[in-house]
Amino acid sequence: MSMDSDHSSVRKAWYFVTPAIAWTIAFFVIPFAFMVSVSLASRVGRQIVYSWDLNNYIDFFSKSYYLKGLFVSLEITVLVTIISTLLAYPLAWIIAERVPKKWQRIALIMAILPFWTSYVVRSYSWLLVLSTNGVINNSLLQIGIISEPLPLANTTTATVIGFVHFFVMLLTLTIYSNLIQLSPNYKRASADLGANAFQTFWHVILPLTLPGIMVGAFLTFVLCIGDYITPQILGGNNELTLPQIIMMQLGRRADIPTAAALSIILMGVVTVAYLFCLRWLKMERA
Amino acid sequence: MYSRLSNIFCGTYFIAIYGFIFLPVAVLVLYSFQDGSLPIPPFNGVTFKWYAAVFADTKLMSALGNSLIVAVFSSIIACLLGFCAAYGLSRYRLPGSAFQRVLITAPMTVSYLIIALGLLVLFNWMGIRLSLWTVGVGHVVINLPLCFAIIYASMGDHQKNIERAARDLGANNFQVMLLITAPMLMPSILAALFLSITFSWDEFIISFLLSRFDVTLPVEIWSLLRSGLNPKTNAIGSLVFLLSVGLLIILEIFVFRQRSPK
Amino acid sequence: MTANVSLLKLSKSFNSVAALKEVSLEIDAGEFIVLLGPSGCGKSTLLSIIGGFLSASSGKVLIGGKDMTSVPPSIRPTTTMFQDYALFPHMSLRDNVAFGLRMRKVGRKERNQKADTFLDMVGLKASANRKPHELSGGQRQRVALARALSVNPDLLLLDEPLGALDMKLRRQMQDELKAIQKEIGTTFIHVTHDQEEAMAIADRIVVMNQGVIEGLGKPSDIYMRPQSLFSAGFMGEVNLINGIVTTVNGQQCNIKTQIGSFNLSPDAFVNSDPQVGHEVTLCIRPEQISTGSNDASKLTTLSQAKVVSSAFFGTHFRCLLAPDFAPEFRLIAHLPQSSEITQGSVVNLVIDSANVTALPSA
Repeated sequence: MSMDSDHSSVRKAWYFVTPAIAWTIAFFVIPFAFMVSVSLASRVGRQIVYSWDLNNYIDFFSKSYYLKGLFVSLEITVLVTIISTLLAYPLAWIIAERVPKKWQRIALIMAILPFWTSYVVRSYSWLLVLSTNGVINNSLLQIGIISEPLPLANTTTATVIGFVHFFVMLLTLTIYSNLIQLSPNYKRASADLGANAFQTFWHVILPLTLPGIMVGAFLTFVLCIGDYITPQILGGNNELTLPQIIMMQLGRRADIPTAAALSIILMGVVTVAYLFCLRWLKMERA
Repeated sequence: MYSRLSNIFCGTYFIAIYGFIFLPVAVLVLYSFQDGSLPIPPFNGVTFKWYAAVFADTKLMSALGNSLIVAVFSSIIACLLGFCAAYGLSRYRLPGSAFQRVLITAPMTVSYLIIALGLLVLFNWMGIRLSLWTVGVGHVVINLPLCFAIIYASMGDHQKNIERAARDLGANNFQVMLLITAPMLMPSILAALFLSITFSWDEFIISFLLSRFDVTLPVEIWSLLRSGLNPKTNAIGSLVFLLSVGLLIILEIFVFRQRSPK
Repeated sequence: MTANVSLLKLSKSFNSVAALKEVSLEIDAGEFIVLLGPSGCGKSTLLSIIGGFLSASSGKVLIGGKDMTSVPPSIRPTTTMFQDYALFPHMSLRDNVAFGLRMRKVGRKERNQKADTFLDMVGLKASANRKPHELSGGQRQRVALARALSVNPDLLLLDEPLGALDMKLRRQMQDELKAIQKEIGTTFIHVTHDQEEAMAIADRIVVMNQGVIEGLGKPSDIYMRPQSLFSAGFMGEVNLINGIVTTVNGQQCNIKTQIGSFNLSPDAFVNSDPQVGHEVTLCIRPEQISTGSNDASKLTTLSQAKVVSSAFFGTHFRCLLAPDFAPEFRLIAHLPQSSEITQGSVVNLVIDSANVTALPSA
């Protein structure tokens, strides 16, 4: 092996690695442990009482308010993941296959440019478009298609639009890099053997990019389900997502135990999705 | 080579999607120049007064400065920690190195909300007051895995040989790391630094939960939003956007073009 | 099936660099042609144009007498074996080989049977259900061959397919390719930079350099009577010796060089008729040099030479000789395995001039 492993070197190595490990343990592992233990407590008055029970978790399943939050989150996330993937793939494909090579980088950068607005501002900017006196309503009113403004903002639909906007950009980037990594000889071989463009895409390109799509979709799922900002700005007060409920526990009532428990449940959902993806990817391999 | 119909399809789709992607940003920038009290249609006339208001708003400006400071410092720390860890784990055979790698990259898999909550509880318990320092700590936590992963991935075998040659010629370990390894890995280190600064600069939830009086820009913009539609928001948003795009263009011309001469 | 190929004045430029300059070539049906040359000579470009993956800047491609110049690859009666094999990683070997048939709307049972037949032909029928990543490089190569042949092409194009294999495997595959080609009779066009490979498998070799054909003919013809200096040098080690034609009479021409005088027959003059005063370059193969022999009539004894160095190559000794007439000059000689050569010894310098070629000096 080409690594040094005599004693003095190993000691030196620990010097290098320890700071990062220490930081991670101090500011990630321990806080996480704290969070888990706090989730087993309850808020009584202004104190946090460690009752070491699963009350908060039981509350989650019994109170329909919390469960609904999870369902809303899941519903939005699944919708966003599917729509974003369906919209992003063709764009990524067009940039990779139809745009001339020297313009591809610019086309890609242009497609993800709005990434560079602050995330908060980007979500907010959809308000400018969707609200009752926003661009869409104003234009439609002026042209005369509608007589009263449409309630587009402060709805779950607005949240979905805001999310899709973000994730289409993200997925275009990931799917594009996946597509250009494919050897051009796959396409050539397929054409050589008589396949037309659609057949080549369906039988060769699509299956080969499926793992990459899966990874991108998973990323979308994780980022979307844990996001507080977009639903809070665009979603209104009717259907709250789980992150919004968690933040409410923190903000108004400073109920850290409940917030912690709900966050862990959220993490549980993400872990389930992760395992599912992992299993799916293993199946693809085999 | 391609059928006319498919070209029309592709072209239409291309333009439609780009339109969707740029719509809100275009509206944002347009109405930042709006001469009117509300940052929404109809469009009245061009004015720079909202930009002036932004620059005059001390809270916004200090928030911007805070963002910059937190981003740069936390990223430098994250990069340093990440570089050292990557160096140690890739150059030396340590017991449990696989576990250590998993540990260091673990925070990437956890939602920022949870990291923020955990730190909140920790600082509460330790009696540490919330400030930009606590935000900085949080940002190092989220950026350290990234820096580590990027730099570790670029430490390959061929660099080991160059380091061996340096040691052969008499350099001690510290000199090798400082004079040989770090410069060789500069592209990855800079990439990690750049990405960390980008993530930290725009990060909201950790900054929101872990700060009190001094805040970062996203948090300050958030408070602006809480008080209703405000034309200053358009201006600061457009400002951040246009500055970022400008930076990107400069990077593209001076850095990326040089890297890959066509 | 099989077909003949006509390439008429094909040219191709990339940006302003000419990769092919008016290349014309006639290939008979059922021939095994090898395009041979160094990197950048245009051989892969030519192959891509024949396969339909690149369009020529000008010129025509005729396959079986039909103009295929603007016909896309999926319709052309050609298939290609790519350098990286390009087997579809997500499909089993059987599905890979059956792919072309599937595109031709052949039913599942029938195409699977045919695929198995082709896999059998390359010895991989037992692995039909496996995926490409489970196979070695040599095995993947055979699957690529089976897949390319499964659609019964008139023309099979091979783009440096043996480059990634080790020597032993390469030789084995060369033999197999030759055998399969003889058996099915399809026209094969094979690209390589390895002249030994070319000689092992080609019916005819096309030597290319910088976008033009510098040599065309059977391996033995090209080796023994190279048509250009480049060709001579590319096909193997050669001693290039400049000289001037001093006399020309009927069956013999005399050429004076710095290492001695040669009498050659006019056949030795490729590309031109011998004329007095012409500057020519003689191409002498290392194996045409010896140190003394039995049949003196065919040989030209020049002078003596000193052995500067020698290395044992198994089948022969490769020696560097310094001829007395020109002591700074170095001749490369392949001396027999049984010779007793020592460094520094002086030997007779004897040349088999029947097979020396004279080319116009560059």
